[in-house]
Amino acid sequence: MMMQTSATTGLASNATAAQQAVPVSPLAPRRRQGHLVVQGVSKRFAQRDSAPAEVLRDCSFEVEPGRLTVLMGPSGCGKSTLAYLLAGYLAPDAGSLTIDGMPITQAGPDRMLVFQETALWPWMSIVENVMFGPLARGDMSRAQARQAAEALLQKFGLVGFGDRYPSQLSGGMKRRAELAQALINSPKVMILDEPFRGLDVMTRELMQEYYVQLFEETQLTTLFITTELEEAIFLADRIVFMGTAPGRIVRGLEVDLPHPRTIGSMTSERYLEIKKDAMATLIEYGAVSTD
Amino acid sequence: MNDVLHQGALSIRQAGKIYDPAGAAVVALEDCSAEIRAGEFVAIVGPSGCGKSTLLNAIAGFDRLTSGEILLDGVTLASPGTEPRPGPQRVVVFQHGALFPWMTVLENVIYGPTRQRVLGADAARAKALDMLRRCGGLDTAGQRYPGQLSSGMQRRVEIVRALMNEPKVLLLDEPFRAMDTVSKSAMHRHLLDIHALYPKTVLFITHDLEEALFLADTVYVMTTRPGRMKTMLRVNLARPRTLDMLVSHEYLELKRQVVAGVHEEAQKAFERGERELA
Amino acid sequence: MADATAGQTVTACNAPGGFSRLARLTGVNWRGALAVVAFVLGWELLVRFKALGFAAVPGPLESLTAFWATYASKASYWESWFASFRRVVAGFVLAQLLGIPLGLFLGTRERLRELMFPVLELMRPIPPIAWVPLSILFWPTHELSIIFITFIGAFFIIVINVHDGVRTIKQEHLWLARSLGAGEAMIFRRIVLPSVLPAISVGMTLGIAVTWNVVIAAEMIAGDNGLGRLTWEGYVSHTSTVVIIGMVSIGFAGYLSSALVSWLLHKLTPWRA
Repeated sequence: MMMQTSATTGLASNATAAQQAVPVSPLAPRRRQGHLVVQGVSKRFAQRDSAPAEVLRDCSFEVEPGRLTVLMGPSGCGKSTLAYLLAGYLAPDAGSLTIDGMPITQAGPDRMLVFQETALWPWMSIVENVMFGPLARGDMSRAQARQAAEALLQKFGLVGFGDRYPSQLSGGMKRRAELAQALINSPKVMILDEPFRGLDVMTRELMQEYYVQLFEETQLTTLFITTELEEAIFLADRIVFMGTAPGRIVRGLEVDLPHPRTIGSMTSERYLEIKKDAMATLIEYGAVSTD
Repeated sequence: MNDVLHQGALSIRQAGKIYDPAGAAVVALEDCSAEIRAGEFVAIVGPSGCGKSTLLNAIAGFDRLTSGEILLDGVTLASPGTEPRPGPQRVVVFQHGALFPWMTVLENVIYGPTRQRVLGADAARAKALDMLRRCGGLDTAGQRYPGQLSSGMQRRVEIVRALMNEPKVLLLDEPFRAMDTVSKSAMHRHLLDIHALYPKTVLFITHDLEEALFLADTVYVMTTRPGRMKTMLRVNLARPRTLDMLVSHEYLELKRQVVAGVHEEAQKAFERGERELA
Repeated sequence: MADATAGQTVTACNAPGGFSRLARLTGVNWRGALAVVAFVLGWELLVRFKALGFAAVPGPLESLTAFWATYASKASYWESWFASFRRVVAGFVLAQLLGIPLGLFLGTRERLRELMFPVLELMRPIPPIAWVPLSILFWPTHELSIIFITFIGAFFIIVINVHDGVRTIKQEHLWLARSLGAGEAMIFRRIVLPSVLPAISVGMTLGIAVTWNVVIAAEMIAGDNGLGRLTWEGYVSHTSTVVIIGMVSIGFAGYLSSALVSWLLHKLTPWRA
């Protein structure tokens, strides 16, 4: 709730943001907030030499507060477009998007998006990257921001790496630094757009464990986008499946595997049942090749 | 079929490799042993830096071992005293693809046998078109350039190019690493079909345990540096492999047996990687 | 993948051969040094034996002797250095001062781009040297016309590079800054400018090389002094050692300025290892 002013009014609110109380610790378990509702959203993109491409058709789903929702679908089904709409980078052609009942009209630190490829700014050191948000809005003094950033870097096992440039870190470390860069703003929702794509399978699995632990600790409302079924089941409280051409929501699936999730979760009988069920959906909507 | 059976048996005996850049000895491979039958599909699972590629390089003839030896059908391929020499008997399909972009698919595929004068141009073309057709109807793409194909098709063409040399062993170095789930599952289907048609010994290197279990007859888990065989697992799933096996109890049981070991090595390799950066 | 790369680097280091080891121990490229010595030696021999067209060409020893005997202590020689350097610096710096902002504007303002790009595209292919006659007619002094031509040499290169640099800024980088609440001015200063620095770097590196080309040619045609003029005068006055001294001096001057520019750029973009 504390960040709401700057979130909804965006750039113009820099002055008022500074007058707010010091934000809650980014890692404290939060009150259930960050309820995203997508209602009847459609989106077309203009194309140079043909009719506009229909990317999303009549999409409706919810990201419930305090839960980890996975959005799953094949490449090119419009998952990223949905993420950009929720982040406020794009506007829908039809339908509505809201966060805790307020319409999403522009980008703001209440909804942090972690991009597919790293978006850390290569010309800033890791700690500068992390401090950027609070300093840009004037929420914290330099010393405060530095302290908060160092605390988060410690949390993410990046002690001693704050003064490095992103190019000097491994893929897994960059992804963690990005989590710190997002969390320092105490967002209401995290939107992760295939964040571990490009990492090798083993590093990827370790990063999934990392994120699930973070989620279990903070109960931070999360929308996690992926194409990988294993990843989806391991992380999700609920999976929302998308179909392609045009992108549309085809099904929701509750994943009632117990928390905390460990590698053991992936060999349980319940896991097997859920995977069977999910696989059937993927096959039905052509997300897995069966030829 | 009979002659296939006694061709392509790999015997890896206490293989070791120490790199020595400026005096700092790095033990990449140590006391690494495996007996691989002719025609067996073997997957080697291990984290980055576990020596998988070192092992593959030694088999392919790119690099020398510093101890132990590797034999192919009883003949020494690699040992400290053997000059590394690549040959058409063991062909590597790389992660990033190595088709010649300036040649058509057909030209790429007939390059090996015509270059080595094993086949005349016409015979090579006929054989290539036949193989391309059998490997999922790729013959229709014969006149196209690699850049005009999807990455999945490129990788299949590459496998066909390797098979054109009648290798005894096919070495696949994380060939599907960069692909998304859908393309990857399609590639698994194709690779299994190709292996059923041309039952060569396959050494498939991967990070991905799921993939290894789905494809292989035998899965080896390697330890992180120094690289050693940690676990061997016979995958007794029937062939042909089908998608519903991925959600079978047998599959789950196999996974249970090795998943903790793989995870442990991944964790160790990850932590070592970060220590080295610090 | 990591072990494969490790394997390759290691193999390279393992390669036997005295030069590699010597290079590693001393940090000097001994192969390259040897090649320079061999080049000078070969040149000296060709001149001694009057091979092909070498009859009229002075040898390196003769040129070096002449340099030490007369030119090293001659004020007019060092004035040539100074004159050429001043023109390069003036033309180059002016090109950056005008070219970088113009490139930024063209990259960010679609309408301006549509307006100005065709003109730029028409003028860009004209070699800077082709500007010499017009430039002499236009500018009151030869000095100004040479500086102008030098400016032209570096200007289009930097404009085009900066323009391309702006247009390839990662959308994610801009979006992220917006999410974090940064305003337009801050986004320009902290995101757009550093994003474009690598492109500026390419433009400057190419530009400084072209600038020396242009200055020397312009001096030969219209200069009263400078290294280009020195070389040309050596030819006209049949003192061929001066031609060699001039050429080698130009080589050094060009190398020096390129090194200076790349050092500066390295300081400006420390994140690029």
